[in-house]
This record gives sequence, C-alpha cells and structure tokens, in this order.
Amino acid sequence: MTHIPEHYFSAQDLVNFTQVLLRTHRDTPQQVCLRLLSSHGQELSLTYEELLQRSLRYTHALKKQGVENDEVVIIILPHGVDLVASFFGTILHGAIPSIMPYLTEKLQAEQYRSSLQALFAITRPAGVITYADFEEQVRIAGAGGSVRAVLVAEEIHTSELGEIQADTLTSRGLKGHTRPPSSIVLLQHSSGTTGLQKGVALSHAAVFNQLESYSQALRLDSRDVIVSWLPLYHDMGLIAGFILPLLLRIPLVLLSPFDWVRAPQRLFHAIHSFRGTLCWLPNFAFNFCTQKIRDRDLEMLDLSCLRAVINCSEPMHWKSFEIFYEKFYPYGLRAQSLSASYAMAENVFAVTQAGIEDRVTVDTIDRQAFMSAQQALPVPKPTNETTGEAVPVLKMLSAGRPIAGTRIRILSSDGQDLPDRRIGEIALQSNCLLTGYYHRPDLTEKAFIDGWYLTGDLGYLADGELFITGRKKDLIIVGGKNIYPQDIENLAGEVDGIHPGRIVAFGVFNEDIGTEDIVLIAEIDDDVDGTNTSIVEHQQMDRERIAREIRQRVTQGSEVALRQVYLVKRNWLIKTSSGKIARSTNKAKYLDEIGI
Amino acid sequence: MIHSDIIQRLSGYISGQILKQPGLSINPDEALISSSLVDSFHLVDLALFVEDTFGVRLDDTELNAGTFDTLSQLAELIHQRAA
Repeated sequence: MTHIPEHYFSAQDLVNFTQVLLRTHRDTPQQVCLRLLSSHGQELSLTYEELLQRSLRYTHALKKQGVENDEVVIIILPHGVDLVASFFGTILHGAIPSIMPYLTEKLQAEQYRSSLQALFAITRPAGVITYADFEEQVRIAGAGGSVRAVLVAEEIHTSELGEIQADTLTSRGLKGHTRPPSSIVLLQHSSGTTGLQKGVALSHAAVFNQLESYSQALRLDSRDVIVSWLPLYHDMGLIAGFILPLLLRIPLVLLSPFDWVRAPQRLFHAIHSFRGTLCWLPNFAFNFCTQKIRDRDLEMLDLSCLRAVINCSEPMHWKSFEIFYEKFYPYGLRAQSLSASYAMAENVFAVTQAGIEDRVTVDTIDRQAFMSAQQALPVPKPTNETTGEAVPVLKMLSAGRPIAGTRIRILSSDGQDLPDRRIGEIALQSNCLLTGYYHRPDLTEKAFIDGWYLTGDLGYLADGELFITGRKKDLIIVGGKNIYPQDIENLAGEVDGIHPGRIVAFGVFNEDIGTEDIVLIAEIDDDVDGTNTSIVEHQQMDRERIAREIRQRVTQGSEVALRQVYLVKRNWLIKTSSGKIARSTNKAKYLDEIGI
Repeated sequence: MIHSDIIQRLSGYISGQILKQPGLSINPDEALISSSLVDSFHLVDLALFVEDTFGVRLDDTELNAGTFDTLSQLAELIHQRAA
C-alpha cells in the first residue's frame, strides 16, 4: 500500500506538470527536493522554492525569445542544476523539453554536430539550451532550420529574475498551466546517431499514470530516498532517477555519471550518508561496482537502508546479482533488496517490477529446449534420473509482474498468443504508452498491431511473471544504452582502406562485465600471398592503423567503445540472396571461428 | 624504476588488458584520453593498475586529460609521486 497522498499528482484538479509543480511549491516550499553531489565534495541542495525560482529564469528566457507553447526545446547540458532547471523551466512555459547527451571530451564536435543536424531535421525544435562552449556548434547545426532561439545556460544562470515571482505566476502568467493532460510533456530520444533517432513523445497523463502504478509496485513511501548517478537523457535516469522523486516529493540525491564511472564507490557513500532506499542500475553496473571498488573504499559503510537496488534497462543476469551480493552483503546489503524491472521509454518507464521486499524469482530451465525449441522448461532436478548426468541449464531472472494498468501478451511470429513458457515477442498495452514517435507517424504505425505495442523483445510468461530472453531486432544494448549497429558500421565505413557496406557490427554477451561487447568485422583488401616479407610487414602496419582508426572513430562518434575489431579478407562476410549482410549469420560464423 | 620501464609496463597493460590487442605499440606521446583510445569505463582499471604496480594512488578527480593524456605524462606523474 502506497503512502503517497493521491492529491500529489493524480487528483482531478491537477492535470499537468505545471500544476503539480505549483501545488508542491505551495505546500512545501522549503522541503529539500534535490541534492547534487560533485566529485570535489561540494553539495548543492535545492528546495522546491529554489527549484522553481531557477526554473522560472528559463521560462522567462524562452518567453522572451519567442518560443511558443507546444514547441520542442532541445537541452544539451552537463549534469547539474542548470540541466534540472532548464527542463522544468521549459515545461512551465508549455514547451516540450528533450534532454540529449552533452558533448564530452571524447565526442568529436563535427560528428556530434552532424547527429544534431539529423535530430533537428526530424524534431524541428524551436529552441536549444546549451552551455557557452557549445553555442557555436549548435548555431552552425541549426543554421537555416527550425531553431529560432539558442539559450546559453551561463547567461541565464546569472540573469536577474526581476519582476518574476513564483506566486504571481498563475494560470495567466505560465503557459504550462493550461496544457491539457493529453498534450505532450516531453520527448525521450533513443541513442541513434544518424537518421535512426526516434523521439518518444509522452503525454502528461501517460507520465502521471506511470508514476501512480509504479509507485504502487515499488510500495513507495514518504520515507524513501532515491540515489542515482544515471544520465537524464535516458528513460531510467529521467523517470526513476529524476521525475518520479521530484513530482512525488521523494528526496533525490544525484551524482554525475562522469564522476560515477571514475569512482563508483561514490554511489555507496551517498547511499550510506543520505540513507538511500532505492537505486536503479543497468546490469553492467552490478559487475562494474563489484569489480572496480576496493574494499578499503567501502569501510564503515552501512547499506542496510537499501530497500531495492533495481536491475533494469538491459538484460538482467543472475550471475551479476550473485557477485554483487557477495561483494556488498558485508556492508549490510540484504538479499531481498536485489530487484529487477523490465522497462522502456515507450511505456514511460516500467512495464514490470520484481522483488520488492521479496526475492526475485530465479527460473532454472533446460538449455537445450531453450535453444532448439523456444521453450522454457523448468528443470526441477540438476541431474538426469536415468543417466545421472548433469542437465545443462540456464538460470533466468524474473522481471516480475506487470504494473497496474499495463497488460502483456507473448506472441508467435504470426501474431498468435502463446501459452506459458513458450518464447515469443512481448507485446503490451497500457494507460501510459507513448503518444507516438515524434514527427514519425510511419514508425508509430509500424510499432502497433491492433492497439498493442510490439516491443521487439523476446520472452516468456510463467505463473504471471515475465522473463526476458533476448530480442528480435539487431539492436545492441551496452550498459543500458541502445546502440544501432548501422551507426557503428557507418562510422567504421569512413576509415580509409575499409569498404562501406562490407562491415558488420553486433553485440556478444560478456559474462565478466555483465553486458554486451561490441564486435566489428570489416573486410579489407589483402590479396598478396604472403611471400614478400616487406609487403607482409607493410600490411601488418596498415592493419594496425585501420583497426586503430576504426576504434577511434567509433568511440568519438558514438557513446560506446569497440571490444574487438576483426579484420578479414574479402568475401569473408556472408551475404543473403538479396545481397545484404545478415548480422546474425556473420555473428555465428565469427563465434565459430574464434571458438566460442 | 626508470622512466622507460614505467612507460613499457603501462603500454603493455593498456594494449593487452584494455584494448585487447597485445601486439599494439603505443607511442609515449600519443594522446590516450582525449583521443579516447582509453575510454572512460577503463580509467578506473588504469588507476588500479598504477596503484598495484607502482604503489602510486591516482585520485578519481585526476582521471582526465587535464592531469595526464600520454604515457610520458603518466609515467612522469608516477615517477614524481613514487620518489
């Protein structure tokens, strides 16, 4: 039973984000809603009053620059108070924010700019909020297009608020106040870098429905404290680690992903210090925290306050739970605090939730039946009764049951419902589904069949619980980020000595790191028979150069790094009868060749 | 330990363990972080290796191109602190 009073967000009279924010501000202006931690030990605390005041600077700036109701504003800022304030400031103005990854030292400006241009072309934003160093890039990318206003955070941060006062901003002053519940409140973008970007458009009502159902599933309580290092351009960070706590008056402690990846122990220090109860992590982070934190950096920590550490946004693995528990139970972590969820931006966030104040179900199934017959047959005994031999098994982690208002079906390839324990595509219907892919009615139409959203993920149901087994599409998921293999292949195709179209990229699960490694195979011209040593040496050097350039381009042009660059001779890659390079076929050939 | 030994051990670790290309030679003055040869997920590994091998601790706030970006610069940092 939830202890969140309903009037926080779901009462009849509150229909949009602006109304909820103003009501919260009126009720508890001095409540600290957000603590931002930095690697230098500084902490910035914001009350709802301060959050609103800072947000209103952005509202005011957008108004002055002529951004209208219902127009999109792209936000490209580092983790920090301006990111938070610009997001809510845009909503208070009645415009639609979309947070994008910001330019780190590794991403090359030109490549980032071209992906921005692709984003602008589809989304057609009226405004962009960024920082001074990146203003020039945004202006170049937006030249001649829809962007009318480029706002620089440093200037707004220090601007005078003047006559604007929160309490005078009522329905007349704030355009966000009159937005209908069915209007779009935000866009959430997938990670595609080229024309593959899909902006998931979510309505106020969809987000509120998700918050209501998900807080019930979590048994959210006003004593909860959420600690997160997740980026806000990703659904897990944006919804679970940002919007949910701020709208439901749950204190939030935010670390930057940049700091976390360099010192993962900071997450646990924050949990300890602020008595964190809820934390969401992608599967790889369970391995990362286990392997890269020294015990001396955890001394004296008490993590018994954790109610749930929720594994989400990439395939969950039992082994990752096990090693994480071994590492952290000496510090008070409880086994029933390990939880799992199946989530996607298209359903705002959560579809299912498992293991709240209970252990996550582990389903031990027959590996052979799983591989060959697409069935999840339970294995009650680890050895075969007649032969005495061990039965090869897979341990599957449950993603739990659907949250209220969300229904799941498992469909065969011809769209028929499958019985329990048969593997098929997961389809869902809910009261929090996306309005559509922004400006992409073609993609929206393709995503639904008879009102059911086709997830592209594969799984099975057993006793009402959902188990995720894989996915239909070629999508690679690394550390919770969705990566399109086409993007990686396009980047590699720019390297001299590589033939565009004779490249294939795919993910291979690596149990050690708890996520997928990206492998890239490229054909190169290498026809010499190997008798001339100077040519062979020259070729070896050329191969090194090609491999290095491919790695560099991919790291700089995308959000991921390649684990292996496999250079092969011409005609190594298998093509389909229509001349296409099938990723799955070539992945199988690669695994066979390297002996996995 | 002399400078070139430090560089050699760092180079061997980065090419073998981080990049998984044991034969790869890394120039002592080649950019590692700003060029993204070493991506952010491996910076912690590099810091742990430096501590275990040379007994020198790198703070997480130092794991950026501003503190060191090449093998030479990192070796110099290790050399100074180990002394």
